[in-house]
Amino acid sequence: MLLDDILVIDFSQFLSGPSAALRLADMGAQVIKIEKPGTGDICRQLYVSDVRIEEESTIFHAINRNKKSYVADLKDPADLDKIKKLLARADVMMHNFRPGVMERIGLDYESVKAINPGIVYAELNGFGQEGPWKDLPGQDLLLQAASGLTWLSNNLDENPTPMGVAVADILAGTHLTQGVLASLLKKSISGMGALVQVSMFESVLDFQFEVLTCYYNDGRQLPVRSAVNNGHAYISAPYGIYKTSSGYMALAMGNILVLAELLDCVPLRQFTEQASWFNKRDEIKQILADHLAGKTATHWLSILEKADIWCAPVMDYDQLVNEEAYRILNMEITVKTSNGLSVKTTRCPIRIDGKLLSSAKGAPLLGEDNEGIDRLFGLSD
Amino acid sequence: MMDLPLEGITVLEFSQYLSGPSAGLRLADLGARVIKIERPIHGEAGRKLSIKNLWVDESSLLFHTINRNKESFAADLKNPDDLALVKQLIAKADVLIHNFRPGVMKKIGLNYTAAAEINPRLIYAEITGYGKDGPWKEKPGQDLLLQSITGLAFTTGNFTNGPVPFGIAIADILCGSQLVQGIIAGLIRRSKKGVGALVEISLMESLLDFQFELLTTYYNSHQQPQRSHTNSGHTLLGAPYGVYKTADGFIALAMMDMGILADTIDCTALYEFTNDQAFAQRDHIKSLLAAHLLTQSAQYWLQRLQQRGLWAMEVFDWEKMMAHESYRTLQMEQPLNADGKQIITTRCPIRINGKRLFSDRRAPKVGEHTEKLIREMNEVIVNKEPHAIRRYSGN
Repeated sequence: MLLDDILVIDFSQFLSGPSAALRLADMGAQVIKIEKPGTGDICRQLYVSDVRIEEESTIFHAINRNKKSYVADLKDPADLDKIKKLLARADVMMHNFRPGVMERIGLDYESVKAINPGIVYAELNGFGQEGPWKDLPGQDLLLQAASGLTWLSNNLDENPTPMGVAVADILAGTHLTQGVLASLLKKSISGMGALVQVSMFESVLDFQFEVLTCYYNDGRQLPVRSAVNNGHAYISAPYGIYKTSSGYMALAMGNILVLAELLDCVPLRQFTEQASWFNKRDEIKQILADHLAGKTATHWLSILEKADIWCAPVMDYDQLVNEEAYRILNMEITVKTSNGLSVKTTRCPIRIDGKLLSSAKGAPLLGEDNEGIDRLFGLSD
Repeated sequence: MMDLPLEGITVLEFSQYLSGPSAGLRLADLGARVIKIERPIHGEAGRKLSIKNLWVDESSLLFHTINRNKESFAADLKNPDDLALVKQLIAKADVLIHNFRPGVMKKIGLNYTAAAEINPRLIYAEITGYGKDGPWKEKPGQDLLLQSITGLAFTTGNFTNGPVPFGIAIADILCGSQLVQGIIAGLIRRSKKGVGALVEISLMESLLDFQFELLTTYYNSHQQPQRSHTNSGHTLLGAPYGVYKTADGFIALAMMDMGILADTIDCTALYEFTNDQAFAQRDHIKSLLAAHLLTQSAQYWLQRLQQRGLWAMEVFDWEKMMAHESYRTLQMEQPLNADGKQIITTRCPIRINGKRLFSDRRAPKVGEHTEKLIREMNEVIVNKEPHAIRRYSGN
């Protein structure tokens, strides 16, 4: 594995930090979650929808597979002492507490660096370490709301629309992982540690870097979503998703005049100026939408695919998992917890040397590894 | 100048558009030297792709956004002399990234096996749309199409909207970000064990990984996620999670206790619902809430909600966000100068040792660094490592 011998001590909860630690675990690092007694990572109690799998949170299992759990009360000096011993041996420490919490506990970067100068200390928070929002909760929807992101999806007359996946959490997690890995590389050469900081706010701005750069330089005109089948506020017709007589289909960038011929859609022939594909995109998209509603997605796609037009069917999970192209990816793995619970989840998306990275180890029970870790690292004297 | 973590690492970028080049950009911001290998004259296809018809020079503002802080080496990979030069670059490089469709690099003679022969310590990273096998391998790896195929379009918007795609190229950006992780992890192994690596990822795997919470819930419940009929925020979460219109603007409400919410906003109709009903009854609860929240201003509600510590936020557009002290404190804007024009873009979101990573180096012109790189290679041949280079110098 790529990260053999890397020891990660992770104090983080919920999704952002733990998803970063998951990726490090996938690539071979040993990840130990430090959890508070009794409840542990709050995510353990986070039941979503009304789905319960043997009274366990499926989300927690998805995020925390392939990790160990060590319970410690950070306010108890004896426990804190053990944690400090563990940190002395670690390559990476991660947390996603709000600013100030680790200082109060005595595990801020300066304190940990004094114990272990080579440590890569990674912290993730919602709105950064400074400024009037620094104490606001780093919750995904709130970050989407604060960053302008909700004005990019869905049609013009709809409410601002959040993206339906925790994109700020997940991207901030990938950025933290990047910073941690880059610092580990440097440590492997120079022996020096580093402080890596990421905020969800900066991450979600980075996510918008193409469109924000446009805004910074176009005289600051706010994005306008298209009124019909919006796919991207800045892209011309036909970009978007269309309803057909059976199912939906997606059309990416394409030449309107070519589409007019292929789809036999006569009213589209009038849009001979390429500039009109953006300026009159609502009109064009409405014509297309009316036309495509007349036949099935399969019908249209068979014509368009042959002509190398960028198009695709729109699938839900039931349709997707039945596709050969999905099955051949082997994206599903089954992990098993120490009490025998099997959970089917997804593997790491990265392949190394032609091999899938998949581990069958499920999420740990709360404090499951205390004894083993005490013994392995000589923590209990 | 600060000591960046990837200093000394050289990356050759045979990539176009967004997925591969966004990975190159992050590596550059973290300190790597990133060299785009581009076809002569026209260069990378992304140079001609613009949004809002905004151009900086002969290349679009979009290209400048994604390719700042890089160098450019022009080479016609079908020309044997050029290919020999590129192979010399590969011999000296640490990382190679490409996002061609399957088979293209093999035809050129620069697939992993061939590249590893030139440089066994190379980290060879490739992005495809749908993987290298299977019935979709030849399909175009375009972001909207990937969103449509992977079920993502059914996560956003209301049930009544039909599928709603994300208005940003999430597949490209996430995939680029994950490729960076694989590349640096490969470099870490190399520094300890001396071996190179093949790092592969597809846009499709990235988007499936992105939906891991939703897919895990689906695999284990066999129930497809359903968006709420109104004010949908997340298919797995109960009321009030979503964005609501007020008398003057919008607010976002995340997870919170039903009773406390009812008290805080003085909405008696909510009292009949318990937290246990927040998911099953979410459409009903959200409709009641939506009607109630229309009666007062966003500030009126937010003051009450935030005072009680509830997870609520004003919905900003960029204009309002940028006027806010919290945005300005971040110093997220990166000015740079290209062809006498001042451009503003965003910086790298990662801070190292308490410092923000700024770089004001503009994107290169096609082949701007070809001569310089050839000169550098020749100096290396004369002065440093004659054997390593001559062995692969063409013929």
